[in-house]
Amino acid sequence: MTSLETLISLLPTLMKGLVVTLEVFLLGSVVAAVLAFIAGLMRLSKFRIVRFLAAFYVEFFRGTSLLIQLFWIFYVLPFFGLDLSALTAGVLALGLNYGAYGSEVVRSAILSVPRGQTEAAIALNMSPVLRFRRIILPQAWPLMIPPFGNLLIELLKGTSLVSLITLSDLTFQAMSLRTTVSKLEIPIFALLLIIYFVIAYAVTLLMRALEKKATVGRA
Amino acid sequence: MALPKVLSLREHDSEDSERRTRIGQKTKDDKTQESPETTPIVRYRGVKKSFGDVEVLKGIDLDMMPGEKVAVIGPSGSGKTTLARLLMTLERPSAGIIEVEGEPLYHKRVGARLVPADERHIARMRSKIGMVFQHFNLFPHRTILQNVTEAPIHVKKMPRLEAEEKAREMLEKVGLIEHIDKYPEQLSGGQKQRVAIARALVMEPKIMLFDEPTSALDPELVGEVLAVIKEIAEKGDMAMMLITHEMQFAREVADRVLFTDGGNIVEQGTPEEIFEHPKSERLQAFLARFLGGVGGGGQ
Amino acid sequence: MSEIWNWQTAADVFWKLTKVVPVTLEATFLGFALAAVLGLVWALMRRSRFRPVSLLAYWMIEFVRSTPLLVQLLFLYLALPRFPVFVIGVTGLGLHYSAYLAEVYRGGIEAVPQGQWEAARALNFSPFKTWTRIILPQAVRPIIPVMGNYLIVLFKETPLLFTINVVEMMSVAKKFGSHTFQYTEAYTIVGVLFFLMSYPSSLLVRWAERRMALKQ
Repeated sequence: MTSLETLISLLPTLMKGLVVTLEVFLLGSVVAAVLAFIAGLMRLSKFRIVRFLAAFYVEFFRGTSLLIQLFWIFYVLPFFGLDLSALTAGVLALGLNYGAYGSEVVRSAILSVPRGQTEAAIALNMSPVLRFRRIILPQAWPLMIPPFGNLLIELLKGTSLVSLITLSDLTFQAMSLRTTVSKLEIPIFALLLIIYFVIAYAVTLLMRALEKKATVGRA
Repeated sequence: MALPKVLSLREHDSEDSERRTRIGQKTKDDKTQESPETTPIVRYRGVKKSFGDVEVLKGIDLDMMPGEKVAVIGPSGSGKTTLARLLMTLERPSAGIIEVEGEPLYHKRVGARLVPADERHIARMRSKIGMVFQHFNLFPHRTILQNVTEAPIHVKKMPRLEAEEKAREMLEKVGLIEHIDKYPEQLSGGQKQRVAIARALVMEPKIMLFDEPTSALDPELVGEVLAVIKEIAEKGDMAMMLITHEMQFAREVADRVLFTDGGNIVEQGTPEEIFEHPKSERLQAFLARFLGGVGGGGQ
Repeated sequence: MSEIWNWQTAADVFWKLTKVVPVTLEATFLGFALAAVLGLVWALMRRSRFRPVSLLAYWMIEFVRSTPLLVQLLFLYLALPRFPVFVIGVTGLGLHYSAYLAEVYRGGIEAVPQGQWEAARALNFSPFKTWTRIILPQAVRPIIPVMGNYLIVLFKETPLLFTINVVEMMSVAKKFGSHTFQYTEAYTIVGVLFFLMSYPSSLLVRWAERRMALKQ
């Protein structure tokens, strides 16, 4: 019983880590979503150079590991005079990495809206901006939600890496508790896995609700 | 309403397209250019279009008069759809000039020269043209009513209530008033196409293009769509270009029939001339194949 | 020491890193082999008519997919203290990606037309033969490019193994950096090496994807 009590007594520490994890997760998601849309639209530009720049960004961040990007941003950028806090570095790395993956989602969802929709909008004399905002995006958006949901889970998992650049998230707190109460290290990490799973499941449910809302009135 | 004012308006792109259209109309009434009877509303001059190595239009010359109903028939791949798509600005011509109400569609006159027009000019010209597609292309995420009000509200900046009133009127005309709150997928193909017609009509184009409007429909639904188009043709003073495989319909509705083949207008004339006295061998062969017997166009 | 980039240092770290490239590649391929086998097991369990088995597989896949590989590795590291770290690393990678591959297999199996099952039954194939001779050969072909993608994803996750003390590229780069304070060269070269190995592979996978799409 005492070991269960000890485990419970460790909960506040883990909760402190949870706050940091959620903070990194939310900020990283926002940065990733913004970048995904910018890069995804850039890849559909009629200008070659714009498409190339976006493709370069996407290939670069998809071609290397998140961990290496994170370390590079946190440990190497200071040598170039860019001294970022661990939080900023973590959010930036997650945002850049998953923004690259997300841009593919944005691009392919937009491409899968039938060409006839654009043509009908042109025939009604809609401007390119209007066409995108009122015709293309509302049809592409429901297609983006499920893959975005998967990417959010990946991003959530990715937040655990910020523990390696000194940010005291859930994983970091668990690792430090491990040294203080070493005989409980296995239960602590089992609990840690469960906490991540619960957050991920909540994200999944949220995305499902969002999907339902986006497709209301349509089959 | 004197000539100089009209011309100066054309050269400065500051007014909204609606007003321009009205002014453009007055031009005809005032007979400042040619008389309305002789001014073509649409004019193709040497229009060519290639996709890669394939030349689908090989130099089209064509005039359409205001209010004229022109049917375009011809085998698939003869370029008849491209003819309409160029006018709707869905494709750019590879060569040649298209004019709408005497103004170049893709060009602007600078002195005596024609220079490629900007997007604003094209948008203004486009507002005179409407199109109905083979595959309807309704907006699946909008209700029937919203499909029809979308462009009036967001393109013409019409107040919502006014747009809805007009849309209802249109949907009443095409016999779909009881379906206004449904989504497109809940309708049959024939109903969808009638919505698409209402959606194009509500923008009050001067020229309507119908690109094989019944080709994607089940045979039993063709009639309802043709009836609606026929009614519009009989009432309206819009010019219409009907690309169709429905020969009987073309015959009943059109003032003039064009036969295209291999990227050229091979023959044109009144429905009687085309269907009863086809001159070219190609047209004769086409009609024979289509109507199941030589001279099958006759009674 | 004040300069940002030293080519001599870069060359040093490059040679040090190339020595452990085999470790990274071994972990990648062994981990992937494990994932491929385990993934198939999950996928077949998922299809079981016995509810507890299919439910177990379902939650297993969900759980493994929604928790961080890093935490899974640390958990295995603590739970299996007697095992060599390399084995733990391979197990962690294999287990993690088996959950993804299970879903890939499932898609492949479901894409095999129902008529194939019926034909196999009509020809009196045993269930085992139906799977091995009829269904799996058809299910696997179209998913090969997807599997290739996961192989590359798994490869890019191997740097995490440094956290459980496997001596692979990331750990060498990190050690080099902390000894010499030449982090720029160390982390840049390790990134470049990963990119040079993963990017051509992903082009190869895309080529295979296009070929596969053309065949259909």
